[in-house]
Amino acid sequence: MHKLLLAALLAGSALASPFVSPVLAADLRIGLQEDPDVLDPDQSRTFVGRIVYASLCDKLVDITPDLKIIPMLATGWSWSDDGKALTMDLREGVVFHDGTPLNAEAAKANIERSKNLPESRRKSEVKSVESVEVTGSYQVKINLSAPDATLLAQLADRAGMMVSPTAAAAAGADFGNNPVCSGPFKFVERIQQDRIVLERFADYWNADAIHFDKVSFLPIPDTTVRLANLRAGDLDMLERLAATDAASVKSDSKLTYAEAIGIGYQGITINVGNGDRAKNPFGQDPRLRQAFELAIDREALNQVVFEGTFAPGNQPFPPNSPWYDSEMPVPARDLEKAKSLMKEAGHETLDLEVQVANNPVQTQVLQVVQAMVAEAGFNVSLKSMEFASLLQEQTAGNYQASQVGWSGRVDPDGNIHQFMTCKGGINDSKYCNPEIDRLLDAARTSTNEEVRKSKYDAAREILAKDLPIIYLYHPTWIWALDKKIEGFVPYPDGMIRLQGVKFAS
Amino acid sequence: MLTYIIRRLAIAVPTLILVSIFVFTLQKLLPGDPALILAGEDRDPAAIEFVREKYHLNEPIALQYTYWVQGVVQGDMGVSLRSGQPVLKLIADKLPVTIQLAIMALIIAFSIGVPMGILSAVKKGTMLDYAANVVALSGLSIPNFWLGIMLILLVSVNLGWLPASGYESIFVDPLRSLETMIMPAFVLGTSLAATLMRHTRSAMLGVLKADYVRTARAKGLREKVVILKHAFRNALLPVVTLSALLFGELLGGAVLTEQIFTIPGFGKLIVDAVFTRDYAVVQGVVLCAAAGVILINLVADVLYFVVNPRMRSTL
Amino acid sequence: MSAIAEDQLAAAPAQHGGSRPWRKLRANRSALFGFCIVVFFVVIALLAPILPIDDPIATSWSAVRKAPTLAHPMGTDEIGRDIFSRMIWGARASLIAGVISVLLAVALGVPFGLVAGYFGGWLDQVISRATDALLAMPFLILAVALAAFLGPSLTNAMIAIGLSAMPIFIRLTRGQVLSVKTEDYVEGARAVGLNDFSILLRYILPNVFAPVLVQATLTIATAIILEAALSFLGLGQQPPSPSWGSMLNVAKNFLTQAPWMAWWPGAAIFLVVLGFNLLGDGLRDALDPREI
Repeated sequence: MHKLLLAALLAGSALASPFVSPVLAADLRIGLQEDPDVLDPDQSRTFVGRIVYASLCDKLVDITPDLKIIPMLATGWSWSDDGKALTMDLREGVVFHDGTPLNAEAAKANIERSKNLPESRRKSEVKSVESVEVTGSYQVKINLSAPDATLLAQLADRAGMMVSPTAAAAAGADFGNNPVCSGPFKFVERIQQDRIVLERFADYWNADAIHFDKVSFLPIPDTTVRLANLRAGDLDMLERLAATDAASVKSDSKLTYAEAIGIGYQGITINVGNGDRAKNPFGQDPRLRQAFELAIDREALNQVVFEGTFAPGNQPFPPNSPWYDSEMPVPARDLEKAKSLMKEAGHETLDLEVQVANNPVQTQVLQVVQAMVAEAGFNVSLKSMEFASLLQEQTAGNYQASQVGWSGRVDPDGNIHQFMTCKGGINDSKYCNPEIDRLLDAARTSTNEEVRKSKYDAAREILAKDLPIIYLYHPTWIWALDKKIEGFVPYPDGMIRLQGVKFAS
Repeated sequence: MLTYIIRRLAIAVPTLILVSIFVFTLQKLLPGDPALILAGEDRDPAAIEFVREKYHLNEPIALQYTYWVQGVVQGDMGVSLRSGQPVLKLIADKLPVTIQLAIMALIIAFSIGVPMGILSAVKKGTMLDYAANVVALSGLSIPNFWLGIMLILLVSVNLGWLPASGYESIFVDPLRSLETMIMPAFVLGTSLAATLMRHTRSAMLGVLKADYVRTARAKGLREKVVILKHAFRNALLPVVTLSALLFGELLGGAVLTEQIFTIPGFGKLIVDAVFTRDYAVVQGVVLCAAAGVILINLVADVLYFVVNPRMRSTL
Repeated sequence: MSAIAEDQLAAAPAQHGGSRPWRKLRANRSALFGFCIVVFFVVIALLAPILPIDDPIATSWSAVRKAPTLAHPMGTDEIGRDIFSRMIWGARASLIAGVISVLLAVALGVPFGLVAGYFGGWLDQVISRATDALLAMPFLILAVALAAFLGPSLTNAMIAIGLSAMPIFIRLTRGQVLSVKTEDYVEGARAVGLNDFSILLRYILPNVFAPVLVQATLTIATAIILEAALSFLGLGQQPPSPSWGSMLNVAKNFLTQAPWMAWWPGAAIFLVVLGFNLLGDGLRDALDPREI
């Protein structure tokens, strides 16, 4: 009797399910590699957090796939002659999710929050901002302490994301529990490590470009499982498809493959001046580092580990970037030259310890490199470490060489300045060359692109010989989408912009 | 009995204190600076210093521990350094998930392990015994993460019967909850089934030799009745207490299974917390898991004594 | 008085060696099967350095993820290394991980258990509370934290697993000591004037040996699985050295492209764990005092 009842209940609920959700709702489910951290643009520090913001929080300016700055919440801007003031015109008729209007006061409050909120992690990004003036109901003037060509690019990311000043004032540092922005979707709920759910914001200024009612972000860390979810129909798209799954997705008629070469890089940072452990031949003699670089076959590395989907690189910017110095292309492997350089430096063989994060992809990369340089006489021993320990050892200088990467910034300065200048905040190799400082400081203050490029090129000439960082490759962002999604445009910053994306009818 | 329970509870307190001190010290000894990780890629010195100040990371370990204890006594177990959420809230959100997974896994383990154990004991020495042993042990020997991925590929991708990942609370949507949890529960359950099977087998073997079983047989009762009604009932007790112990272990979170099936439970929470040096979260979760294990062990022991009066004299 | 005591000492049953358990073990077919599996893998692991097999860490860009052929009987892995030789060397790593970690657990756990059970009092209280605390902590969490603390490597994984398994042996030993402590022959030994150390060594320890051996055999199986689990989290054997667990972990990313990468380590782990379990069960049946 009981069994019959139970069976009836189960059958009933199974029949009822399809009627619970409306058949015509366009709900998009996106699979992420990690769970974002706190959802406050001023406090956030994860890459996946920015993917959520692309749908949740609009920013002052955005970028094109060619990395050009275009209007978003700001419709126009102009620099003062001395480069110390940036005047921005704001779009009229924009409201935040809670109804607060976006005006000059709101923009000023936002930039000041990025600067002054104690928990803010954007402080270094807006360091050059001295004050913000309201010069019209929809116009702000940002005064800088010194010319800063990178500012616009910063405003194309989290520092430029506009949050509702009313909500921010009310919630303070807890804003992340219920973020209120002005993006195409507004926050509904978040269950840590399970999902983040957003729903369509009816009063979005660009509502016509949005074709989904709901967006859910589902963190699924394992790449195999994430793809399995997509194949099983439990996801509509995913980010960071494993390179080794590229071929199978490309040949799958139910899935679409999309890629864009990223703006970040992966390389080997060498300790040339950070404490005692720099005092070894490899850290002191650039010829050995040049030999090491020449012993690596970047094309083969790309082929073996990434099935050719990533981009071999030898500079902080990828080869397809407008900032790439085409006079110094990616060198091919030259084992003879490597060996002769080593002999010149006085070493037949050299022992070297390279630390690497203990995840499968990076360890694979380094094992390939290890095998390659062995043929030139380098005996590399791998020290696989947890990321937290790796970071600590690196900053403390307790390493010889470390395989690390950088997620990349739209402005070229973001990929080089803090790593190569004497006082650079992320300069773990402690490389210090006053000429480089001069060049890079000049590059970040000029707004003339040609001038900047010439400075970066000049820096490249020096750095290609000193090699404090040996760049290996530029990760390609790879997305896999269900065939029924149309209009997705891959961007080199890895973001998923939903304007113009919809389900095929 | 009451004095026994009170005595055990009283002993639980210093044990928990020991656990919390041990875990706290171990965490603080872990290399890696959470402030460095939490300040973000840009490593803004102001941000790093702010994190250190706010979470007392500059102070001596003993002092940090006392801050934590002070907080716990007032009901505040700290916040997650990564997400800013209160640890208590994280635990409250994820404990039901792990409990549901544990119960489902145990039910599966019981349904596989116990019948096989009985069969194995009754048919001791025959091919059936060996076969049952091997089958049960395969559940144990196939690594969890392995079985999990194979199941996802087979059941979700190829057959499309069940969702590949995710979680729904049983109170919100029971059917979907079962759908999402059945595979991870199965993976966990099969590894426990072997242990249950072995204990059932040895308990049954012990009981089958007992006098009252011989009496039952002599009375002319059918073998099936002898086994199920008389032998099994008595063998059941140690098996039930073992199940309670296994439940306690499961509370620790089935780390790998949760990772593969993206079940937002304890296991995933704590592994991520260890790797990001999220001290308060690890403290809070381990403390809860330990308290749970101690409590369940106590319940199991009391159950044993309640049902088996002869053991009471050893109290 | 001493004559009676000595008489009783002589009558104390010999608890180790003896022919009856051996015969029982040999007659138990599944235990024998388990024993054979274990011996097979141990021999392979020991012979690894002298077998005529490829270098397990020699890479080959042209032979990446190739299916099994005559040249590579088990295929090649994600950077072109021969899986067959990696399996054999991996046997060393996995078996060493299993055996050494359990030896560590026994070497630490049994003495603590002996002391706690035999001397009782506050010593027992301290050791028991500490053991409870360790047992109350989730096993894998403890192993993860220890491995993270010590740094990712096979050695540290062994230490972590060994320390995590130690409390089981403390509890087991203590329980055995408690039940044997009150036996007549122990009383007699004390009466004769033997010191504690001799009593522990000659009369208590042999009684503890059997259950510890059984538990150790079963724990080796668990330890091998744990090494695989720690590899999944990046904390076990580090590349390029192979272990079955880390090979299985890498293989899961290539299930559709190169399924053979997973077959072999998966099957090997399965067989070895099965073997140790069957052997352990057989030992338990053979040494079960109830059946003597």
